[in-house]
Amino acid sequence: MNNKKNETLRKKLINSSVGIAGAGGLGSNVAISLVRTGIGRLVIVDFDTVEESNLNRQYYFKNQVGKLKVDALKENILRINPKIKIDVFNERLVKGTMHKYFKDVDVIVEALDNAETKTSFIEEVMDKLTEIPIVSASGVTGYGNIDRIKSINMGNLHMIYDKNAKDSDKDILTAPKVALIANWQANIILEILLGEDI
Amino acid sequence: MIYVNDKKVEFLENETVKELLKRMKYTFPNIVVKINGNLVKRSDFSETIVPDKSKISAIHMISGG
Repeated sequence: MNNKKNETLRKKLINSSVGIAGAGGLGSNVAISLVRTGIGRLVIVDFDTVEESNLNRQYYFKNQVGKLKVDALKENILRINPKIKIDVFNERLVKGTMHKYFKDVDVIVEALDNAETKTSFIEEVMDKLTEIPIVSASGVTGYGNIDRIKSINMGNLHMIYDKNAKDSDKDILTAPKVALIANWQANIILEILLGEDI
Repeated sequence: MIYVNDKKVEFLENETVKELLKRMKYTFPNIVVKINGNLVKRSDFSETIVPDKSKISAIHMISGG
């Protein structure tokens, strides 16, 4: 490891903040990846509780079943870095006010589940928070077919996209593909925050 | 000529985004569309005309996350 370069990275990231909409398979894994890299502040919004069926891909543990996802995730994040600044909101994102949690972050992650909500969130953030880059994902179901997944950059909108994936109610969700796409999102966030090289 | 997801597509005069998506057989209900870098909301699909030489991205949002 290049210690000097790593030091530069840590210094830049400690002053950076990321907002995460949804703390499911994408959101929980993005958060963990970012805290390990040294992000200074996270804002996480989710309405749900941890269920047994989430443990096959989401960053929660058996003894957290029944807890609010935002509380469980905060607990797991603080076990990695107790010094991180973290704001969590146990709220369901509702059209018109979805963007309000994310006004002061550097990058926003769309980590929602439902296709309609995902689309509405992108539309609202791009309309109200025009300067803030958003990193989204579409097509996280299934496994394999890795060469089908693309990263598409459309200005301030970055999308990890598997156009041949099925909706989640018609397919399975697996840890490898979900975590892969979540970490791909985290990787793009680093590129946005750090530039091409440091 | 217009470009839809980097594919060359014939330009049609006065074609709306809604009509273009139909012509491209993009039938999914939740699509994120950008024309020359600007987002077009779903509620504006039937009023927004696609200009000639446009670069269009149309990404359909799939449930799961």
